Amino acid sequence: MGRTLPSVRLFDRVGGRGGLRIRLDKLGIVIALLAAYGGLGASFAVSKPNRIVQGQAKPILDALPSWAAWALMALLFVAAVAALLRTAAWIKLLAAAATLLALALAMGLAGHFLTPPGNTYARVSPASGFWILLLAFALLAADAITRLKPPPWMRVLFLILAAAGVGGLLVSGSWDGLSMMKEYAGRADVFWVEAGKHVTLALGSLVAAVAIGLPLGILCHRVEPLRASVLNTLNLIQTIPSIALFGILIAPLGWIAVTVPGAAALGIRGIGAAPAFVALFLYSLLPVVANTVIGLSGVPKDAVDAARGIGMTNRQRLLKIEFPLALPVILTGIRIVLVQNIGLATIAALIGGGGFGVFVFQGIGQTAMDLVLLGAVPTVALSFAAAVILDALIELNSRAVNGARSA
Amino acid sequence: MKVWLPTALRALLLLLLIAFLLFPESFEPLFRSLVQPNAPAIYNQGSLLSLTLLHLKTVFFATLMATIIAVLLAILVTRPFGSEFLPLSRSLVNIGQTFPPVAVLALAVPAVGFGEKPTLIALFLYGLLPIFENTLTALTNLPQSVIEAARGAGMTGFQRLMQIELPLSLAIIVGGIRLSVVISLSTATIGSTVAAKTLGEVIIAGLQSNNLAFILQGGLIVGALAVLIYDGLSAVEGLLARRAGAR
Repeated sequence: MGRTLPSVRLFDRVGGRGGLRIRLDKLGIVIALLAAYGGLGASFAVSKPNRIVQGQAKPILDALPSWAAWALMALLFVAAVAALLRTAAWIKLLAAAATLLALALAMGLAGHFLTPPGNTYARVSPASGFWILLLAFALLAADAITRLKPPPWMRVLFLILAAAGVGGLLVSGSWDGLSMMKEYAGRADVFWVEAGKHVTLALGSLVAAVAIGLPLGILCHRVEPLRASVLNTLNLIQTIPSIALFGILIAPLGWIAVTVPGAAALGIRGIGAAPAFVALFLYSLLPVVANTVIGLSGVPKDAVDAARGIGMTNRQRLLKIEFPLALPVILTGIRIVLVQNIGLATIAALIGGGGFGVFVFQGIGQTAMDLVLLGAVPTVALSFAAAVILDALIELNSRAVNGARSA
Repeated sequence: MKVWLPTALRALLLLLLIAFLLFPESFEPLFRSLVQPNAPAIYNQGSLLSLTLLHLKTVFFATLMATIIAVLLAILVTRPFGSEFLPLSRSLVNIGQTFPPVAVLALAVPAVGFGEKPTLIALFLYGLLPIFENTLTALTNLPQSVIEAARGAGMTGFQRLMQIELPLSLAIIVGGIRLSVVISLSTATIGSTVAAKTLGEVIIAGLQSNNLAFILQGGLIVGALAVLIYDGLSAVEGLLARRAGAR
């Protein structure tokens, strides 16, 4: 819809016939300005003698071998022009993807180039210019994808391609000279253990919340008097700050571990993953229950009546009519929960529950920002991927519902 | 009796909160049984009242900035001039919500250092999204007939915005602010991990010294504040919605 709207005209010679008209894209202007500042004004990489001291900022021309620096500059220029002109969305997407890949490769190259040979203490990390360029072309990619309006499976395909690209870079060792990867190299085993804990916490509490929340939601839908009190209670739980809820649960779970036989053997302890799991579960209940209620009450009455008319039992109606029609709304609740849980699981580290938060809080404690990044970047990537996949699922399901309705 | 009961409960909660903040020592017997015999039962590493006020101050300024920027941005992308940004801004809001608050907080530290600033930035960024989203929803779902009537009456774009569109959207915008404040109240406690002076300090002190009473005190104060502010803003929202409907 954006393309039919008035645009900025660079050379607008209304009088002259066949006058040169270049129509500029407004977002392109923002992106080109960001790219100009990030590429020319700000520094590309920071080189530090060791991991915690202040570093020396280097612009692109000093951070890379000259052939690579000029090649990157040329590519940035071409991509910025592609963003500025009102070109087709897929051209912009290609330009953005190529630039993002080049930026990633260049950053890896800078890591090797700026580290003196044989020096294991020196650290190279991305500087503000790199992040600004990344932001500018990620914006361009996001805008192009939004305009292309890709079907759900294609968005998942884009996600897989991006993940494969990042995976390939990680495996190829291109980024090994970078500070964040050095932090990783020092704790590779721990990283995967914590990654496993993070995913188990986020997904496990989601599964538990769905297992309890769905029946509870159905019950609340059927039994009207129950609805307000259940939803209000769950609402109240949401107001307790996460670190407090994690802390408060230490006591009852510690008590259970001591008094209930066999509980300790199941891994239930006062500190650690158990209170984190319970806290995430409690936070997850509200979106699941509330969306189940909303979804079920949004099912058209005639559909239910028709089902009743053809002699479906209560149970058949629920499984074959109400539940499939409510599914998109319920899935939206699950999306909220999953994204929220992946973020909140970082806080579990404060009570010994593990997860990526371990690196974030260690990094904050040691003022080692590369360690913070090692925890924060996978968390953001994980919740982003979860959001894309669930959005695609929601769209697929609501299409199926709409198709069924119009048929 | 059912009508005044919730209001009475809230008034009681407010009274309890004020009493606890002013005279925490008098609540000592309540918390005594939660701690070891020789440990303090009431937070003693600073004034609960001043931490609460600092907490509220941080949330207030972050929400104020977030409201101003979010409403301005939403107005911009719904005008003809900025409409090219509308689809992108929608997907940005969607993407922005996937950033966990802890990550935003931690990533702000290298840019601005420890203390209040990273907390303000994280709260601001995180607070933007619900307000922006609600303002956008309100401005794009106004009844077309009202806008047409205003245009027909010869109102300029700016007059329509100030006299018709914004007043009609106000209730939904306040709804966004309400969501944003509740998220911020909770997120501000995490700010204490980067040395911001908020009620998170009380909770973290409790986690570090294994003192359940401290954790409860920090958590309950934040919870009570959230419930009271949530309800207060809900009431404002209801009032505005009724006024908008009456026009």
